[in-house]
Amino acid sequence: MIRRKQALAITAVIAALSLTAACGGNDKKADGSDDKGDKGYSGATASLVNASDAKGGELKLWSPQDVDFLDPARAYYGFVWNLQRLYIRQLYAYDSKPGAAGTKLVPDLAAGEPVLSNDGKTYTVKIKDGVKFEDGSPITAKDFKYGIERVFAQDVLSGGPTYLIDLLDQGQKYPGPYKDTDPNKMGLKSVETPDDHTIVFNLASANSDFKYLLAMPSSSPVPAGKDEGASYTNKPVATGPYKVESFASGKGATFVRNENWDQATDTIRKGLPDKVTFTVTTNPDDMDQRLLSGDIDLAVDGTGVQQAAKNKILKDANLKKNADNPYTGYIRYFAFPQTVAPFDNIECRKAVIYAADPKSLQNARGGPTSGDLGANMLPPGIPGSDKKYDPFNLTSGKPQLDKAKAALKACGKPDGFETTIAVRNNRAPEVKSAESLQAALAKIGVKATIDQYDGKLSSSTIGSPENVKKKNYGIIVMGWGADYNSGSGFLQPLVDGSFILPNGNNNYTEVNDPEINGLFKTAAAAATPEAAAPFYGQINQKVMEKALYLPINFDKALIYHNPRLTNVYFNDSMGRIDLAVLGVGK
Amino acid sequence: MLVYLIRRLFNVAATLLVVSAVTFGIFFAVPKLTGSDPALMYAGRETSETALQGIRVKMGFDKPISEQYWVFLKGIFVGRDYDAGTEVTHCAAPCFGYSFKSEAPVWQTMLDRMPVTLSLALGAAVIWVLAGVATGVVSALKRRTAIDRTVMVGALAGVSLPIFFTGMVAPAVFVYSLGWLDVSNYKPLTEDPLAWLNSMILPWVTLAFLFAATYARITRATMLEVLGEDYIRTARAKGLKEGVVIRKHALRSTLTPIVTMFGLDLGGLLGGAVLTETTFNFQGLGTAAVAAIGQGDLPVIMGVTLLAALFVVMANLIVDLLYAVIDPRVRLT
Repeated sequence: MIRRKQALAITAVIAALSLTAACGGNDKKADGSDDKGDKGYSGATASLVNASDAKGGELKLWSPQDVDFLDPARAYYGFVWNLQRLYIRQLYAYDSKPGAAGTKLVPDLAAGEPVLSNDGKTYTVKIKDGVKFEDGSPITAKDFKYGIERVFAQDVLSGGPTYLIDLLDQGQKYPGPYKDTDPNKMGLKSVETPDDHTIVFNLASANSDFKYLLAMPSSSPVPAGKDEGASYTNKPVATGPYKVESFASGKGATFVRNENWDQATDTIRKGLPDKVTFTVTTNPDDMDQRLLSGDIDLAVDGTGVQQAAKNKILKDANLKKNADNPYTGYIRYFAFPQTVAPFDNIECRKAVIYAADPKSLQNARGGPTSGDLGANMLPPGIPGSDKKYDPFNLTSGKPQLDKAKAALKACGKPDGFETTIAVRNNRAPEVKSAESLQAALAKIGVKATIDQYDGKLSSSTIGSPENVKKKNYGIIVMGWGADYNSGSGFLQPLVDGSFILPNGNNNYTEVNDPEINGLFKTAAAAATPEAAAPFYGQINQKVMEKALYLPINFDKALIYHNPRLTNVYFNDSMGRIDLAVLGVGK
Repeated sequence: MLVYLIRRLFNVAATLLVVSAVTFGIFFAVPKLTGSDPALMYAGRETSETALQGIRVKMGFDKPISEQYWVFLKGIFVGRDYDAGTEVTHCAAPCFGYSFKSEAPVWQTMLDRMPVTLSLALGAAVIWVLAGVATGVVSALKRRTAIDRTVMVGALAGVSLPIFFTGMVAPAVFVYSLGWLDVSNYKPLTEDPLAWLNSMILPWVTLAFLFAATYARITRATMLEVLGEDYIRTARAKGLKEGVVIRKHALRSTLTPIVTMFGLDLGGLLGGAVLTETTFNFQGLGTAAVAAIGQGDLPVIMGVTLLAALFVVMANLIVDLLYAVIDPRVRLT
């Protein structure tokens, strides 16, 4: 009898413990958050949240980072390109739809798709009727050409992307409109404007990415009469639903309705709030407090909330339902310059990759909400990417010391070696990543010294191959995001040999492989971006096979938005909440 | 007096010249001497030679350092020309150049930000002087009592707690928890006085708390010392009322070191209360300097540094002039 009672008691205790364990297992996630509060969490990454066409109100955007420039020719920050969707338009733009649809380019100021001729080398684009600048004057083909010509004036308007110069200069050495000898300042030969509604681009060779370049802010129309050169950044002329009412560098900007924007001509933007304010803050924690209290609407820089707010959000179901954890489009990585011994030896590079502790590196960047474990060099969302391609088994999350030691032996350095890790001093997660790798490498006898350089001087420190060699930087910590949603936009600056520069270099490994370079050319000649995608997948594989990079993570950010916001969704081409359709509820 | 003033103003000018030369040397000449190209700092991701050369010309890096310095100094007194690409505009004196980031005249940026810093520094100064001196006097008069100990413990806390701590705690308690104050950002006094006051209260109190604590301790110590002086004993022996002895004799002497300290503190703060401005997101001179250093915006760094130095040396001058008013023994010669 006693035995029976004991057996029953033991069974009951085991059952209770199992139940508790099961509950515990379900409740807690890797990021420390609860499953109970997941309803609504990351909803805006997949669909439109809180749909509404209600107009009015003030959209309050804040950022701890100031804009680089409001001038479309000079802006290069990702969040500024998002901000520019409010006040400037291009021929083509990313559709304002969630999911893969948001990565597609649709006509914006163009009347339709470009007409390709001359074996894909000539793009003829018709411009929509009835589109106007903020002063009511019509937008013509010449305004587009002038806007593009401004990019060539790098002596006055530096800062922005220069892809258009690479494709459209074609040996002319066009100096930009300010030094143009043509009386009408229309001297760029590769772009023609046969009439006010037609613009023709003559490329030297077919390029499946050209439409992406036409969608960049640097391809925006600019009225020559209103161009103030370098000062244009303080009052760019609007073509979108809002115009710049005021702007003070370091403080912020106010955008008010552009009366000459016509919703009938715009399928991308909604223009719902009456006013949009952008405020630069010096205290990110205070910004988070304001965000959580509902005082402001969105931290528009897109890097996510600070650690204190992150902890609060993940533990509170009411807050969590207004938060998302999207991919930002960035990848964080270590690069191994092949000019610095012993990283000229693939086995030494492999030794470092295998020795690294992926989970520790992820934690150094802020834990699982800061990104998924990196597997390769093409992040999700870029055509041609394959998140499952993991040749070094990095997503196992553990160091592989046996393989690392075997690689060291094969490299001829069984007892390890000494090297230097170069890291920007103004990026705490990168410094922590370097420290994590340093500790992991010590376990296989590799002594890594960390050199924290002035982050402002990246262009001349790690961006100078000569300096990298001189300083013996065997490992470089960096991050990278695509300028446009294509394999070339992401990978070319990193691994195309023709992109190795004396300063401002991004091809840190200095890989100059004819096969990889050739694949970029083949991809560019493809008829469509979709047809080009598999080639970028191949390039990614070649780069990983050469063990040139150690990917840390596919970057993510924990973004919180004020629940009063309407039409909230993350545009997959930007990895950000699309400002073009946001509205303000009550 | 006039000779003294002229001599001191000459000293002010000389000090500013030295400060400008040192600052200019650090930020403009050092990169050149170490062989790095300062233009690369501004170029961003695109570093074409055209862009770099444009930056060199615009910032003056293509000229010898002595010429760059001369152009900078000349600009302050007679202005200089600025090429925006489309046209050449004249930057009127005092021209500290143009911010590379914003393409705005540095002087304009400083004028725009000065009211924020003035509001913060002057408001806080009134609070900390009144509170600090008053508590210091009370503490000295109530020496070794519970009041004295309580006040001094409070003062010790004030000195010990850094602004970034009190600056974070104060809004969390008074704005987000108790709701006594609205969530606010700096509003100009001329636009909305009530909103300005609402936005200023916590920064004033936070900043004043730190300084008032120091002033209370100094006042107490000096007051105790003065109260032991012979002339105080004489005043009391003459039958003067205690209030008169304290106000007219003891306090007047106590104020001399306080005024010295106040001049230096206020002068320093007018150049930018960096921590308070950063904590409360006030876009004043201090945050302008921090942002400019972060971005390497040399013209703004130069402008703010010189202005801050001007405030400090002028505050010193005013303090020296005030000595003669406070202390009859001082003669300005």
